[in-house]
Amino acid sequence: MNLTLKVWRQKNAQDAGRFETYTTSEADPEMSFMEMLDIVNQDIIRKGGDPIAFDHDCREGICGTCGVVINGVPHGGHGTTTCQLYMRHFKDGETITIEPWRARPFPVLKDLIVDRAALDRIIVAGGYISASTGSAPDANGILVPKPDSDAAMNYAVCIGCGACVAACPNGSAMLFTAAKVAHLNLLPQGQPERYTRTANMVAQMDKEGFGGCTNHGECTAVCPAHIDMSAIARLNRDLLAATLKGVA
Amino acid sequence: MAVVALYRSTIGKKVIMAVTGFIWVGYVVLHMFGNLKYFVGATSINGWAEFLRTFGQDILGYSGFLWVVRLVLVSAVLLHILMAYQLTQLDWASRPVRYSGRNYLSATFSSRTMRWGGVFILLFLVYHILHMTVGNIHPNYEELKPYHNLVVAFRDPIQVVFYVAAMIVLGLHLYHGVWSMLQTLGVNSFPRNATLHRVAQAIAILVPLGFISLPLAILLGIGVRP
Repeated sequence: MNLTLKVWRQKNAQDAGRFETYTTSEADPEMSFMEMLDIVNQDIIRKGGDPIAFDHDCREGICGTCGVVINGVPHGGHGTTTCQLYMRHFKDGETITIEPWRARPFPVLKDLIVDRAALDRIIVAGGYISASTGSAPDANGILVPKPDSDAAMNYAVCIGCGACVAACPNGSAMLFTAAKVAHLNLLPQGQPERYTRTANMVAQMDKEGFGGCTNHGECTAVCPAHIDMSAIARLNRDLLAATLKGVA
Repeated sequence: MAVVALYRSTIGKKVIMAVTGFIWVGYVVLHMFGNLKYFVGATSINGWAEFLRTFGQDILGYSGFLWVVRLVLVSAVLLHILMAYQLTQLDWASRPVRYSGRNYLSATFSSRTMRWGGVFILLFLVYHILHMTVGNIHPNYEELKPYHNLVVAFRDPIQVVFYVAAMIVLGLHLYHGVWSMLQTLGVNSFPRNATLHRVAQAIAILVPLGFISLPLAILLGIGVRP
């Protein structure tokens, strides 16, 4: 495959950044998107240049480390993470535009790598349960209704990649925050801190400078974990309940 | 305290937008219902105008109820605009560097025109009130004679075209707005989602159709009695 890449290059957070164009003739339809980037980088290194910096870790779609905006869609728009995107989705001779996640709370560190610590700070604000440690509790000591555990697991699959923020026209982190809140708020172990968790995580989300949700659904369309908009409705419902209870 | 905290959060601002939006959805449905009385005849629609002023007059006085409704509507629309403005500022601030090109997957024309569509609806609203309520830009306005005022106003095809365009924009605003309102108020859930979308679709299609039927009928001379 012959490809032309328009890649965002930015030395550091202070640099203004610009697009640079690279070409490769060594891409193969069976390669993953990142293997293609590896080949382009090898070529850049051979020519004595600075390789394109991009985040990646497991390369099997479970860690949430990778993620770039490909032709205007985070992760490329095939329901996977960037690492699980294959070159067969592209045409020979195609020009591919590659950009980092763009949101004020996600400053660019270098090229395609952004700092997603804002999402970690939302978790720190309440994305946990407080449990006394000690000997392991009895199995099935806490019964969880099957529909609740299924729903909780559907939200728990969020890998925190940040594609929802990148895709949102408002740079909102609602789908991420909602998935984390809904996951814990559905389970019995999450009940004691249910409303303080909701209020604190929403407050942190706003403090980080993420925009508001206008329900376009772009987030769920690119989510590699396929978390749906019902998570956001649950978050809204629990924040309203927290307000009525005087917690928020 | 809790209410203040809710107002400060982006979700709280959206709740205010949803509640004020709900008030206006209820209002436009009732307004359309009143308008359709045109098809029953002059006595019916003129009687409706009179009824709105005499309703509850034993307690609130003549037109008292109408002024309460107007006060609620004006407060709701002002809050709706203020929240939209504040949220838009926050949303735009969250993406200082734009993408070189966006490829939308699920955002609709309706969802993407909420802001400018809203501005257009506001301008139409001001025009519409001057036209049909105050009557100072109406060619021959007569107080409490809606049948006469409508027939005179909508003989002009330019007025009809402008009105139809405004109703299409209203329909687009309602299509995303009604579903969005239900989502913000936490009514939505995975199994309910499809039904709520259909509710929004029904309101977004039926309300503008009901409104548009009137000027079109007048322009075509249907139901007009001299």
